[in-house]
Amino acid sequence: MSDSSSALRIVWIYPDLLSTYGDKGNVLVLRRRAELRGIPVEEVHVHSSDPVPAEGDIYLLGGGEDRPQILAAERLRADGGLKRAAERGACVFSVCAGYQIIGETYGDDADNPLPGVGIMDIRSGRGETRGVGEIVADVDPALGVGRITGFENHQGRTAIGASATPLSQVVTGVGNDGRTEGAYQGQILGTYLHGPALPRNPALADLLLRWRVGQIPPLDPSWGERLHEERLAAAL
Amino acid sequence: MSELPLRAQLAAVLGKGAATLSRATGRGDGSVIGGRVALKVEPDLLAKLARGRRLTLVSATNGKTTTTRLIASALRELGDIATNEHGANMPTGHITALANSPEARNGVLEVDEKYLPQVLRQTNPAVVVLMNLSRDQMDRASEINLLAKKWRDALSRSEAHVVANADDPLVAWAGLGARHATWVAAGQRWKEDSWCCPECGGHLKRDPDPHWECPECGLRRPEATWAVDNDNDTVTDSNGQPMRLELGLPGDANRANAAIAMATAAAYGIHPKQSLPRLREIRSVAGRYTSVVTDGVEVRLLLAKNPAGWLESFAVLSRPHVPVLLSVNAQIPDGKDTSWLWDVDYTVLRGRRVFVMGERRTDLALRLETDGVPFEIADTVGDVVTRLKSEQSGITMVDVIANYTAFQQIRTAYGRVQ
Repeated sequence: MSDSSSALRIVWIYPDLLSTYGDKGNVLVLRRRAELRGIPVEEVHVHSSDPVPAEGDIYLLGGGEDRPQILAAERLRADGGLKRAAERGACVFSVCAGYQIIGETYGDDADNPLPGVGIMDIRSGRGETRGVGEIVADVDPALGVGRITGFENHQGRTAIGASATPLSQVVTGVGNDGRTEGAYQGQILGTYLHGPALPRNPALADLLLRWRVGQIPPLDPSWGERLHEERLAAAL
Repeated sequence: MSELPLRAQLAAVLGKGAATLSRATGRGDGSVIGGRVALKVEPDLLAKLARGRRLTLVSATNGKTTTTRLIASALRELGDIATNEHGANMPTGHITALANSPEARNGVLEVDEKYLPQVLRQTNPAVVVLMNLSRDQMDRASEINLLAKKWRDALSRSEAHVVANADDPLVAWAGLGARHATWVAAGQRWKEDSWCCPECGGHLKRDPDPHWECPECGLRRPEATWAVDNDNDTVTDSNGQPMRLELGLPGDANRANAAIAMATAAAYGIHPKQSLPRLREIRSVAGRYTSVVTDGVEVRLLLAKNPAGWLESFAVLSRPHVPVLLSVNAQIPDGKDTSWLWDVDYTVLRGRRVFVMGERRTDLALRLETDGVPFEIADTVGDVVTRLKSEQSGITMVDVIANYTAFQQIRTAYGRVQ
């Protein structure tokens, strides 16, 4: 946890630009799964006109439309707070547009490469087709997460560089390129599962918590696990 | 009809035939199939059917069907009105509506958001009405910033008079592209899609509500000449005259819809004193806000398709002792993606008895659990009523909030009550 506080500090980056569809779910579920284990949480929402604090534990970035995505990337680069936090070893969880802009480059609507925040060794551009629909993927066994499920809705394609590792292998859906889905590098993790990726994958939420606080006790299975199973069954 | 060229006449007749067949065989109300058949024969039919009429196009994310109905009622002052009152809001539905009322000189058409630029070009309307724009069915709809841009471009190339909500920044920005506009301070409860300036992307300053402006590029709320006052249930017209609304439809959203309808009627020269009594008579629109009585219990039906709609529905719920049933499906007309459920704040339901139903009730269950709202699982409205009656004999009312196909299923189960 952060040095200055006994609470787990969750920083939601730019809800005004990067909160297109259900991204708030990631904040809510992370908070709930921490609190159910007795971990106090401090939640910080950072608007695009405000500086990003460097002393957070978990930074969340959501999805965004083309123009807000470009604005968010420009502002994050100018601000520098997220990069400083990443260099300090903080955890970053990003979905969809948020995933693309934490990489080295991403494509605008005409597929011109634009500079990203540069905290993960990935490069994104635009594909021929839009990936829309349920996605299922098997996460790298080293992370102990298992199979993930979500909804994807993106034109982007992402190439993973040598310093990053694919998050998962696609079972059904598109993800990065039809074969792998998402990426991670240290405690920085990105995925094309848009919106409420953590509500639909409680094990992924718990991975982020483990990264920050070490061992955590298991929770009794609840509606999150049930939804996870239901959506896997529906998508396969 | 006699003014139409022969090909268009034939197309309209064929379309009507298909619509009648569709109704007779129980496939639907015919509004879509009729138009589809007609368009095959005459692709330019919509423009031809619109020629010589004074049309109003109504578009928004929420409230299109209701506002179209309100405006059509107000304009009946002028005689017959051509309108797509069943909510078939794409060009096929517009063709059917216009073909069905060949003599009507005036028309009011509900238009799907994505189709507005195209329908605007083809029909050359007198008035375009815009109420709100928010996230909706992202898996099949366009990005809303892009949509607002398309609206703005289409309006800037049109002579249409715009009647629009000044309090919704995306709508206002689109309407500011028009040459003539009447601005209505109609309010905006859902603000999560309008923190970002549509002109430059700056973070909008929205204080004091409903004022908004962009500190970076200076874009600001246009000066409104009509205003809704929800607390006092009044609308003030462009002469500064406040009028008590006392509508038959509930809630702030319908006050906004009524104000916009009155401002639209005024653009046709109809005084609010004439339009308002017509609006008050409307108590239900395409089954929305209808109550059905089942087993002695009044079941009130509210349709809500997206976060902004759910927020409005929560605001019109009955008193806290009245149970509420939430039903969500994810079929194609609903959008297959339920991510939007996470954008709705359910904490207002704490303290109320809540049931969840529909294909995606597990999504709802997790969502409510996360917000600390206790709930029960249900299969049908009938089951809920039976369960409630067996536990508390005094139960008299249940509210139901459902998204599109879930709502239609419930209506069908109750014989498509109006």
